[in-house]
Amino acid sequence: MLGLGKRDTSLVIIVTLMALLAPFILNPFPTESAMAQFNAGYPDLLQRFVIFGIFAIGFNLLFGLTGYLSFGHAAFLGIGSYAVVWMYKLLDYNIVPGLVLAIIVSGLFAVLIGYISLRRSGIYFSILTLAFAQMMFAISYSDLIGRFFDTSITNGETGLQVYTSDPQILLNDWESVPHLLGLVEMRSTYILDAGAWSFSFNAGYYFCAIIMILAFYLSVRIFRSPFGLMLRAMKSNQQRMTYTGLNTKPYALAAFVISGMYAGLAGGLLASMDPLAGAERMQWTASGEVVLMTILGGAGTLIGPVLGAGFIKYFENIFSKINDTVLHQWFSFMPDGLEDAMVFIVHPFIGKGWHLTLGILFMLVVIFLPGGLVEGGQRIARLFARRKDTAPKETQSTPAE
Amino acid sequence: MGILEVRNVNKRFGGLQALGDVNLTVEENSVHAIIGPNGAGKSTLLNVLVGKLIPDTGSVSFDGQSVLGRKPFEINQMGISRVFQTPEIFGDLTVLENMMIPIFAKRDGAFRMHAVNSISGEQEIIDQAEHMLENLNLADARHDHSASMSRGNKRRLEIGMCLAQEPRLLLLDEPTAGMARADTNNTIDLLKQIKDERDITIAIIEHDMHVVFSLAERITVLAQGSPLVEDSPENIKGHPKVREAYLGETAA
Amino acid sequence: MIPVSHWVGTMDAILLQVLNGLDKGSAYALIALGLTLIFGTLGVVNFAHGALFMIGAFCAVTLQRILTFSYVTLDETQKDFLGNPLKVETPYLEGWFGYDIGHAIIDWSVPLAILFSIPIMVAIGFIMERGLIKHFYNRPHADQILVTFGLAIVLQEVIKYFYGANPIPTPAPDMFRGSLDFGAMLGLEPNAVIYPYWRLVYFGFSAIIIGAVFAFLQFTTFGMVVRAGMADRETVGLLGINIDKRFTIMFGIAAAVAGLAGVMYAPINSPNYHMGMDFLVLSFVVVVVGGMGSLPGAVLAGFLLGILESFASMNEIKAILPGIDQIIIYLVAIIILLTRPRGLMGRKGVMED
Repeated sequence: MLGLGKRDTSLVIIVTLMALLAPFILNPFPTESAMAQFNAGYPDLLQRFVIFGIFAIGFNLLFGLTGYLSFGHAAFLGIGSYAVVWMYKLLDYNIVPGLVLAIIVSGLFAVLIGYISLRRSGIYFSILTLAFAQMMFAISYSDLIGRFFDTSITNGETGLQVYTSDPQILLNDWESVPHLLGLVEMRSTYILDAGAWSFSFNAGYYFCAIIMILAFYLSVRIFRSPFGLMLRAMKSNQQRMTYTGLNTKPYALAAFVISGMYAGLAGGLLASMDPLAGAERMQWTASGEVVLMTILGGAGTLIGPVLGAGFIKYFENIFSKINDTVLHQWFSFMPDGLEDAMVFIVHPFIGKGWHLTLGILFMLVVIFLPGGLVEGGQRIARLFARRKDTAPKETQSTPAE
Repeated sequence: MGILEVRNVNKRFGGLQALGDVNLTVEENSVHAIIGPNGAGKSTLLNVLVGKLIPDTGSVSFDGQSVLGRKPFEINQMGISRVFQTPEIFGDLTVLENMMIPIFAKRDGAFRMHAVNSISGEQEIIDQAEHMLENLNLADARHDHSASMSRGNKRRLEIGMCLAQEPRLLLLDEPTAGMARADTNNTIDLLKQIKDERDITIAIIEHDMHVVFSLAERITVLAQGSPLVEDSPENIKGHPKVREAYLGETAA
Repeated sequence: MIPVSHWVGTMDAILLQVLNGLDKGSAYALIALGLTLIFGTLGVVNFAHGALFMIGAFCAVTLQRILTFSYVTLDETQKDFLGNPLKVETPYLEGWFGYDIGHAIIDWSVPLAILFSIPIMVAIGFIMERGLIKHFYNRPHADQILVTFGLAIVLQEVIKYFYGANPIPTPAPDMFRGSLDFGAMLGLEPNAVIYPYWRLVYFGFSAIIIGAVFAFLQFTTFGMVVRAGMADRETVGLLGINIDKRFTIMFGIAAAVAGLAGVMYAPINSPNYHMGMDFLVLSFVVVVVGGMGSLPGAVLAGFLLGILESFASMNEIKAILPGIDQIIIYLVAIIILLTRPRGLMGRKGVMED
């Protein structure tokens, strides 16, 4: 179906269902229950799931397929956000022109940065992309280009936002927040109360989710295309590729640009949900985060980056919310001394300590599970399959699940 | 005029003269072996031929066109394929995928962005690749990871991938180095079969005299970066200069 | 015609910027040196190297805290603003050794931290190499980058947990607090080129460390083996020399070099938990500009880029190109990589493919 094999089709269907039903699936606990803090079915978080999902899917097209590790992809995320906010400032709150511009501009930057960075490979490439991203961060943070022309492009530390003094030449009276072609406002949310549960269906989320599904579908097509095969070949053995008469540079550049455009789109969507753009979106920590999402989910697999993005964003949210009071509640079944000890042990890893947990997680995944969650899942599945079947079949590793 | 013409090629690395005034003509549809003791400059010469190294002086032309200054992939597209000392294949891909890549490269050239059409739609390419694998006796392994194959089979696959491009000149760099006798003989048979079935020129760098004398029609002996003699295998065998150059090396 | 005094003024400005660039350049050079040592010997790209620099700086902070560990006495003769007896904190050191000696020791806490930090840094280096990096020799570069990146986050967050997020002022000894009128010494106008003593100390210190590392590699048998190993690991391995053990020691040395750079940098820039990453990114650029795997290249590029950065932050330059100081290093790096892909002193064949 849709030019995909059977397994890929079912994968796309699963992702589609997951994305469309997420407000239900991720909201399993009644609103008043103690477990409600583990719910993730509210618009803000759901939006982040799918937007960072897009970011990670795009990153995976570069890193997962070609093996080129970019440490500066956050630059494109920032560019996308700036592009969208600029369109708000110049035209109006319709998100479509901004998103189109976000993809185009990030693509152009990706051509430039990719062309230079891809002159080297391996760690040189990683460091070059990192340097570029840091440079872009510095430029945005100090509004360097703006100052050069005696105007403001990124609005420096404050971040770019819409002011009433902006031209907004297409603005209608009814517009005050981002909307899609005047049809629906991104923030509009329908709340369904069903018994003890309360589900939120947010227009912005569904818009992002549909884009993510399309982005995912496109990435499956790329994975299964001759172009995708060439990228995987490049990751496997550049030397053989060169001596097979193939020019690796344009292949790598094309992958870099496509993944840069994905990142730009994700950045644009961030600004579509919340009409702001700041330089911190470009910082190396943000670049590191998308690397982590991809690795954690499983680099080079289809579904991995989506899982990784969801996993990280979910736990970031939950972990940052937990404080000592919550911990005391959790461990309240224990004797007092033990309860305090447990809280003391867990304390560094929660709340503001989320980054510590993230760092440890990062190391554990790279050390013990280089294939990420997908590989972990496969290992478990294999374990069960072996138990069921006493004569273990030769497990055939498919490169992408 | 041969298909490959090397004229007065010199290459120095710092103080070391790696190639000194090398002249070599490889005739079309012949099997030409280049032998010589370690450090004779065989690998340097090969790297010059495929564009990995640029000589200091001299010219190299393939089918009347200069190859100097061209990138390795361009030289390959001209019709020169190279087999490496240790088999260079796409270890992460399946055997079938390995075989499809050179066929794509032949059809689509050095770069073409088929990003949305599916591989499974490329029936023609798959058929060709399957056919090649059958000829190589590798069809049963087509869905295996190529990295998991034996060294001998990796070598077969690599040679097959080179042939899939239908090159006019096949360069082999010690194709049987580190192989067991049985694998070596298999490789010799494969190369003989290729030579019989196709219009192809083969240039082979080899240490193993058994391989050289089983295949070569013409032999150039390289010593200290310069060609010592060039002659037919029969004459090379008893040549005093060759014995001298190989003194202390594996007896010819 | 331009008056002579103008030229003298320009001379002053140039001299000042060169001096200003030296201390930052020294830090870049020391970190880049360690990065190159680790890369050259172990073939590992260490993203946690900046964290080592940061830990060095926090060694200085820690020692200062230990030394100023105080007991509280109530001084009835003085009142605080609420009218209660003033609480006087007296460091134990001053209590034990008397005010003069105790105070002097505390005052010299940063230089003393050099001795304090060396065993700590070497130990951290050993543990890192044996416990983690060792298992990544045969993994792809991407994995090495990722695991050391994760480690850098962890180290940084641990420091943040114990020391908080704010910079902690760590002053240099009193006698180095002033500035040297460098211009006057050279017969230029007084007060035209003044330079804080501590920065001079930092530069001198870095020069000694760099000299020591080079001398160690050049003149000891150990260093010779390591250099040979950097050039061709396999051959040295074939000679039956246990190169791994030496490389572990080199990792310890590289960690110590980064740590020392951090210790001495503490008075220049109050240590905070993310200073390591700030320096790391630039140090990588330095390594790349100098040429991957080239020790002299790392040092040269470190100083060059430090000085360049300081020139770019001159008001005269910033008036023409605002904000150029923040991106000049990246720009230069990009230009150098485009024109000399191997960097200033890079060797052929290092990380080519």
